[in-house]
Amino acid sequence: MCTLEKRGNIFFLTLTGAGDKDDDEHRLGLPVISSLLSSLADVASQSTRGSVLITTARGKFFSNGFDLAWAQSAGPSSARHRLGQMVVASKPVVAAFLSLPMPTIAALPGLLLALGHDYVTMRGDRGVLYMSEVDLGLPLPDYFAAAFRAKIGSNSARKNVLLRGEEAVRMGIVESAHESAEVAVQMAEKLGERKWKGDVYAEIRMSLYPELCAVLGLAKVVPTAKL
Amino acid sequence: MCTLEKKGEVFILTLTGPGEHRLNPTLLDAIQSALNQVRVAATSSSVALITTAHGKFFSNGYDLDWAGSDKLRGDLMTSKLRSVVADFITLPCPTIAAVTGHASAAGFILARCHDYVVMRKDRGFIYMSEMDIALVIPAWFHALVKNKVGSATAVRDLMLRADKVTAEMAVEKGIIDLAVVGAEETVEAAIRMGEELVRRKWKGDVYGGNRVGLMWEVLEEIRKFDTSTGSRL
Repeated sequence: MCTLEKRGNIFFLTLTGAGDKDDDEHRLGLPVISSLLSSLADVASQSTRGSVLITTARGKFFSNGFDLAWAQSAGPSSARHRLGQMVVASKPVVAAFLSLPMPTIAALPGLLLALGHDYVTMRGDRGVLYMSEVDLGLPLPDYFAAAFRAKIGSNSARKNVLLRGEEAVRMGIVESAHESAEVAVQMAEKLGERKWKGDVYAEIRMSLYPELCAVLGLAKVVPTAKL
Repeated sequence: MCTLEKKGEVFILTLTGPGEHRLNPTLLDAIQSALNQVRVAATSSSVALITTAHGKFFSNGYDLDWAGSDKLRGDLMTSKLRSVVADFITLPCPTIAAVTGHASAAGFILARCHDYVVMRKDRGFIYMSEMDIALVIPAWFHALVKNKVGSATAVRDLMLRADKVTAEMAVEKGIIDLAVVGAEETVEAAIRMGEELVRRKWKGDVYGGNRVGLMWEVLEEIRKFDTSTGSRL
């Protein structure tokens, strides 16, 4: 599931795996999604000037955001369907991150959730699994492509399976490939010192990624500039 | 407020005086009038335009004090900047900003709407201050910056983190083209660049047309504000 704690101005959203059994809690299924959405709503409602969110993962939580084992365990034809389910279910989560009224830092290796954050740090020795490796014949969902274009740029598309920390830093996808916890906290403290107005922050962020927002259904929240 | 001179085939538009060159209707009208003169000259020969400024600031952005909370003033000011930038985009000759001082918010937008940006290395920075003063940035600002700056993270750092970016950093990040030590040297470098481009003997209307093609989405965003009556006047 996920837990939420607050230390000073920083919200820590931690995705945890439950047991080591094949249960509902460690895949990005409906239970985790609704837990995430409700936590994000909590964070948004508690937002003040200088708030920052760090998202991390712990324990048995799947390394890439999707439970491939679960997807594949049902056999090849159902795998496609399960993966599709997870992709669709993740969309509102990415939308919630995109509209969150504070800077967001992902200190976790899952590409999907990482792309929904403003800044990403990751462990140097771990990697990020790209969707191209797990091509089960699914077309890339619309918001994946939009997120790639918005955050990475299509000319950085890689065919490699695994993108290790240093490469990701070089490609400009992640800020840092060190022991992510401290780096993320340092980054959060620096961002928090700016004491930005959360609603303005969210509007500028959404304006920066108009195509992604439209695909995520955030287009109704049209940012209006006074000038 | 601003002067227009010609050195050979290179026009130099200078925002004069020691102040912040805040973009209010008076200054914007003066700039627009200078652009009109350049446009006329560009129809008969190959020219280039350099825009620069005196003093510590290239431009510190909109004249927020002048606009205050008066919506009519705010609308007038912003519509004039949109009109000026649209003129820069359609100008039938190469444009180079010689940024000799700070360029903030709308002031950076004015610089970056030029084809090339040369900036002073030893003083001054680029600063999209809006996040720090709790102002939402209009969509056309984003469109313009993204049209010119390739790196998504550089754009994010500029727009969403309100970084103060020196000329050297700006070159590294692909935000501007060249960083030069000294104010006079910055202008000289821009003029040399302009002279090189003039030597290509391009047809002005073709140049302008190709630039419009490259910046089409930016013009679309600008024009979204002005379609309420459907009038193009």
